[in-house]
Amino acid sequence: VLTRLFNETPINPRKCLHILTKVLYLINRGEHLGTAEATGAFFAMTKLFQSNDPTLRRMCYLTIKEMATIAEDVIIVTSSLTKDMTGKEDPYRGPAIRALCKITDTMMLQGIERYMKQAIVDKVPSVSSSALVSSLYHALGLLFHIRKNDPNAVSKMVAKFTHHGMKSPFAYCLLIRIASQLLQDEQGGRYESPLFDFIERCLRNKHEMVVYEAASAIVHLPNCTTKELAPAVSVLQLFCSSPKAALRYAAVRTLNKVSMKHPSAVTACNLDLENLITDSNRSIATLAITTLLKTGSEGSIDRLMKQISSFMSEISDEFKVVVVQAISALCQKYPRKHPVMMNFLSSMLRDEGGFEYKRAIVDCIISIVEESTDSKEPGLAHLCEFIEDCEHTVLATRILHLLGREGSRTPNPAKYIRFIYNRVILENEAVRAAAVSALAKFGAQNEELLPSILVLLQRCIMDEDDEVRDRVTFYLHILQQRQKVLNAAYILNALSVSIPGLERSLHQYTMEPSEKPFDMKSVPLATALLPEQKTMGTNPLAMTKQPEKVVASRQEIFQEQLAAIPELQAFGPLFKSSAAAQLTESETEYVVRCVRHTFRQHLVFQFDCTNTLNDQILERVLVQMEPSEAYEVISYQPAASLSYNQPGVTYTLVALPENDPSSVSCTFSCTMKFVVKDCDPNTGIADDDGYNDEYVLEDVEVTLADHMQKVVKPNFSAAWEEVGDEFEREDTFALTTTKTIDGELVFISVAS
Amino acid sequence: MDARSLAPSLHTVKAILILDNDGERLFSKYYEDIHPIGKEERVFEKNIFNKTYRSDGEIALLDGFTIVYKCSVDLYFYVVGSSQENELMLMAVLNCLFDSLSQMLRKNVEKRTMLDNMAGVFLAVDEIVDGGVILESDPQEVTQRVGLKVEETALTEQTMSQVLQTAKEQIKWSLLK
Repeated sequence: VLTRLFNETPINPRKCLHILTKVLYLINRGEHLGTAEATGAFFAMTKLFQSNDPTLRRMCYLTIKEMATIAEDVIIVTSSLTKDMTGKEDPYRGPAIRALCKITDTMMLQGIERYMKQAIVDKVPSVSSSALVSSLYHALGLLFHIRKNDPNAVSKMVAKFTHHGMKSPFAYCLLIRIASQLLQDEQGGRYESPLFDFIERCLRNKHEMVVYEAASAIVHLPNCTTKELAPAVSVLQLFCSSPKAALRYAAVRTLNKVSMKHPSAVTACNLDLENLITDSNRSIATLAITTLLKTGSEGSIDRLMKQISSFMSEISDEFKVVVVQAISALCQKYPRKHPVMMNFLSSMLRDEGGFEYKRAIVDCIISIVEESTDSKEPGLAHLCEFIEDCEHTVLATRILHLLGREGSRTPNPAKYIRFIYNRVILENEAVRAAAVSALAKFGAQNEELLPSILVLLQRCIMDEDDEVRDRVTFYLHILQQRQKVLNAAYILNALSVSIPGLERSLHQYTMEPSEKPFDMKSVPLATALLPEQKTMGTNPLAMTKQPEKVVASRQEIFQEQLAAIPELQAFGPLFKSSAAAQLTESETEYVVRCVRHTFRQHLVFQFDCTNTLNDQILERVLVQMEPSEAYEVISYQPAASLSYNQPGVTYTLVALPENDPSSVSCTFSCTMKFVVKDCDPNTGIADDDGYNDEYVLEDVEVTLADHMQKVVKPNFSAAWEEVGDEFEREDTFALTTTKTIDGELVFISVAS
Repeated sequence: MDARSLAPSLHTVKAILILDNDGERLFSKYYEDIHPIGKEERVFEKNIFNKTYRSDGEIALLDGFTIVYKCSVDLYFYVVGSSQENELMLMAVLNCLFDSLSQMLRKNVEKRTMLDNMAGVFLAVDEIVDGGVILESDPQEVTQRVGLKVEETALTEQTMSQVLQTAKEQIKWSLLK
């Protein structure tokens, strides 16, 4: 269709124009034009150069530009374009040049160059601008590009232009950028240079664009002092009250940048910024708030909060989330302002809002509750009120969990029970189950509340959901035992095993059906929390430990090795393995290392022995141990044979004293006993008969640490109670590092 | 520091868009590959539209781009630049585009008239910005150079066939949309 129309003579410019417009429109809409199609259309279009209709001609240029990347052989129009570009009619020339640039390839470059040079010096700016894609402003850009690699030349250029002055505000902006880059490149903090003077002078330019560019350039200069910032900031302050939204936006955005590095410099603008909070443009308002929250001093927070609350209802949820996050950051900065924040957050919690918004608020309140003791009760009260009318299950269960943990330890726990029990009556299964767990925690923690809790739980026992029923039955049963140990173990403390480990063990268990019930103790314990890992550098106890992952995998290796010994099966799961201790000097005849494995009632000593003599073979190697306390050596697992440089393992099994739990530490004197057979070092063939020999090793010490394991106990006081009075012992420890003792106590608890 | 300390560049504008009041694209020109595939451009436009069509502000920040916008009857004009860009420059481009069009369309800046004069829009944008470089910010100059006038031929001067032709084209346009 296209071709036919274009081929008509005389050309109907109107129709062709229409078609070209349509083609452009189609490309614009994102329709895909095939190469063949495009090339076809393109050739047809070349005919149109015969027409003298100016608009049509211009559209041709445009189409050429658009099609340059799609169609093939676009080069054929070069001659038409060069003709136009050197022609008399100025309006053609600029666009022609620009179109030409699009289609030129390296082959043609030589030919066009001449025309280009002519065009650059042309009198009409739009033509020369097209030639460079640059007029004065563009020429400046060009000059900069040419001299980019020569800082001296650039500064000369800048100096020249700063004296003469230019017409275009764009040119000024570009010059400011070049100048500021020069400043950044060349110096470390001297602001007497003419470049800086130039930028500062631009602050008084009549174009706002230039003024803003200059202010922004100053703000972005590194190691800028308050003195240099002051004029820029005051300009921006003026912009804040401009009727133009773009100007206000630009000003606030830049002030926001300043407030990150120099909050004090922006303080002067606080009043203007506060006015912007009510700005109809939300981007401006949000930027203003976040800036204010950064610059605000402790004293101004109250006022600021009032301002925000008046405006919160007008902005969309995503901005509210930003504001809540800013407040959350502020809470950490000024703990004393928690009551104000809490009031504010709670009133926001009552307002309408989506899930993300509510969650941000709840997160913020929870972090306050966990951090500060003063705000705990009001915070929990607000949350209680919130779950009264909360449609988000996730939030409700989270809050119930928090209530169970924190609320039960407040001086007056009874007041939370009503809120929690209401959930049991009114909510869906997930929330009911969470509420039941929370109730149980209250019962376990508070003796005097127990009877009423039991009554409440009794009522839930006929719940229609099986998870809720199961939980209730379980908790009831435990609570009725009235034993603190049980309460702590099954209600107050969460599982202390590592979750991935548990998953793996359970998976394994289901893969291999067996009669035995699943043993929770076979799951490796979750050994460390993140904050503990952070303190490792300062924590002497942790220093000796290897990184957690290595320990875990090492422990697994031991577990497998030990599982190979039939007698150890009865000992239960491995509790802990110590680091290896050298029992000999490293260059002696026999090198022995000892690893202590602790089980529930037993100790297993693993001796890794290496024979370093090449003319001997050791057989029936075992390590005899003489305990200093009431420990009893049960049996030995000798290593059958120990040839040269082949490490062998022998085990000694020891039972822990049953009647005397206090003697946890003990010293064993060790003697390695074996049969020596001489052998030929070359062939390795041993003589038939050998003789008994023994070798005295260093003592092995079993200490309290072997019975300890780092365990995650989220509820320390419960865990402490769980240990019970009979284990309580007052003792004086000489501690070198008192700072870390709190942390350590939390994750040490006595085994068995 | 941020991208602000990049080398001074002439390439200011990243995209110019004109959408209708359903957020559908009428005109778009991307000077840089902000989004590699056409489909993502559409998503980007939808985002812009959703964010701006209700509010009367003139500037917004989206996906790390500063967007200045203006609406007229059922048209939405957008100029997109980097978030570090001088907002006032972008504003100058937007104002120039809008003023040129309003001169060319004789103050009737609305979807129908604009679609009838799409050629003028293409030419005007080409005069204002090319390859992301601002060429001109004076609407007077732009209109003069585009040289396109809304058909001044009064209805009386049109032949019957021309009227029919126009009508046909109108229908075609509405089908194309």
